[in-house]
Amino acid sequence: MIDGPGLRAHFELRRSEAFRLDIDVTIPPGTTGALLGPNGAGKSTAVAAIAGLVPIDQGRIELAGAVLDDPGTGVFVPSEARRIGVVFQDYLLFPHLDVIENVAFGLRSRGVGRDEARARSGEWIRRLGLDGMERHKPGDLSGGQAQRVALARALVTEPDLLLLDEPLAALDVTTRSRLRRTLREHLDGFAGPRLLITHDPTEAFLLADEIHVIEDGVVTQSGTADDVRLRPRTRYAADLAGANLLVGTASGGAATVGAHVFHIAHGDVAGPVLITIHPTAISVHRAPPEGSPRNAWVTTIERIEDLGERVRLRTGAPVALTVEITKQSTEALHLTPGESVWIAVKATEIGVESNDPTPA
Amino acid sequence: MPGRPPVVLIVLGCLGLALFVVPLAGLVARTPWSRLPDLLTGDVVADALRLSLITSLASTVIALVLGVPLAWLLARVDFPGRAVVRAVVTLPLVLPPVVGGAALLFALGRRGLVGEPLNRLTGLLLPFSTWGVIIAATFVAMPFMVITVEGALRNLDRRYEGAAASLGAGRWTVLRRVTLPMIGPSLAAGLALTWARAFGEFGATITFAGNLQGRTQTLPLAVFVALESDRETAVAISLLMVAVSLAVLIALRDRWWRAL
Repeated sequence: MIDGPGLRAHFELRRSEAFRLDIDVTIPPGTTGALLGPNGAGKSTAVAAIAGLVPIDQGRIELAGAVLDDPGTGVFVPSEARRIGVVFQDYLLFPHLDVIENVAFGLRSRGVGRDEARARSGEWIRRLGLDGMERHKPGDLSGGQAQRVALARALVTEPDLLLLDEPLAALDVTTRSRLRRTLREHLDGFAGPRLLITHDPTEAFLLADEIHVIEDGVVTQSGTADDVRLRPRTRYAADLAGANLLVGTASGGAATVGAHVFHIAHGDVAGPVLITIHPTAISVHRAPPEGSPRNAWVTTIERIEDLGERVRLRTGAPVALTVEITKQSTEALHLTPGESVWIAVKATEIGVESNDPTPA
Repeated sequence: MPGRPPVVLIVLGCLGLALFVVPLAGLVARTPWSRLPDLLTGDVVADALRLSLITSLASTVIALVLGVPLAWLLARVDFPGRAVVRAVVTLPLVLPPVVGGAALLFALGRRGLVGEPLNRLTGLLLPFSTWGVIIAATFVAMPFMVITVEGALRNLDRRYEGAAASLGAGRWTVLRRVTLPMIGPSLAAGLALTWARAFGEFGATITFAGNLQGRTQTLPLAVFVALESDRETAVAISLLMVAVSLAVLIALRDRWWRAL
């Protein structure tokens, strides 16, 4: 089904005099690309253009080897003829149709007979663990169930591209972290290119193979999660990266990230974990720190950024971290790049959540 | 604990309610209950009831067929003079019906702007015909349909239509399977309001279509005539109209409150 070169979207679109969207994104089959940017950066417009809801002004959108939109040659495939499965922000399940009718909608619209559409939809409903929910209306579903119905509705038509527009934004924090894991599985189960639209760096870092940072309508940086996190090219990307997000393994009150071991306050967590440390929770010292911090180690300052009243440091091995301290401390400590320092963080300041891919 | 509602509001609210309840009570008090079956099965009443049902339903259907597309255009197409068109559509709501009836007569009457050539070409004469009753009722009632449906279309989250399109649905499928079902409650409310207004129409009808038993004399017209000659029949018909209207409103009340 997916032999073509995935998604290639290189286009310009003027939404108004003041706003121009300029996108250049390529996503090979079997990989996930994320469009990561703040609200108003043009993400929704990009979704609308790729989904065929608005035409582009210049450039070309290609999917699976076929041109979908190219004003230069006058090609424009309308939305209903594009093979794109979209999971919309807020899911947009049709409120007057039940679960199976929602899932079957795409097949019915494409001329598949009623019985076959129901059978194929039922299969996806089972595959996504929604057995028994067939006759429920969207209003009766939890956020997680609604997300799975939206996924089933998008996937049942066997699209050439899976497009997810803020798929977790509608959920509360706890559900979000749980569904992020199951979403990863569903993405991996889809053989075509996947495009994730998000404003949440955690989501992009965890789900995407390549991240395209979009600001004011322009892609300012493309690269892996580590590229963006450790070598941010813009102020916005640097702010995104500000949240230290590490993937590791926990057991018995300790979490291992690469070669480094963190002491953590969550003695009961075991297995794959996601570790978050706020940049201001980390302290910098000239000598081994005294007192309560159980995590202290020697590292090198790789970079110093002036943020005004605060200063942002990047540390090197054993764990690359972003640290924010006040300007006074920096001056008092006479910090310069390349120097070795002690840094410390309390175990209670380390956020740990399970990153086990099996649903909780 | 929620505080007690202010006494002033209770008093004024009850006075307002009395304005609705007292006339109904007056009607019920004057009803000759024992003679009611006889009064309601008389020729005049039966003819008027039949005519009222036919014409009010016909004008509701016309309002549906013509009013929904009009509402769609007003809600979705940004054409020059849209504000003026919307004002014209709403005009029958505030216009005295008798003025509407007179205007219809000047336009569609035997020597009217449209009526004269229409009569010459087809021999059709709308005034003083049952079609005249239907047109008069549609004129005063269709604005309810247009306004209700236009409001619903404006409030509808259009992203749902985009979602349907992304799932392969063409324009008609989107309209049939997403847009119309999603504005369903408002559509029902529009139908109920339109029908109720058409059912109760008096002024435009008597001006444009006259008052001929069996042809243009609807229930409200029959009440008007009976008030002069036969008060008991007038009371009986009035009670009948209250009962029918109330029954429709109660049957639709759930959808009604959700949509309005």
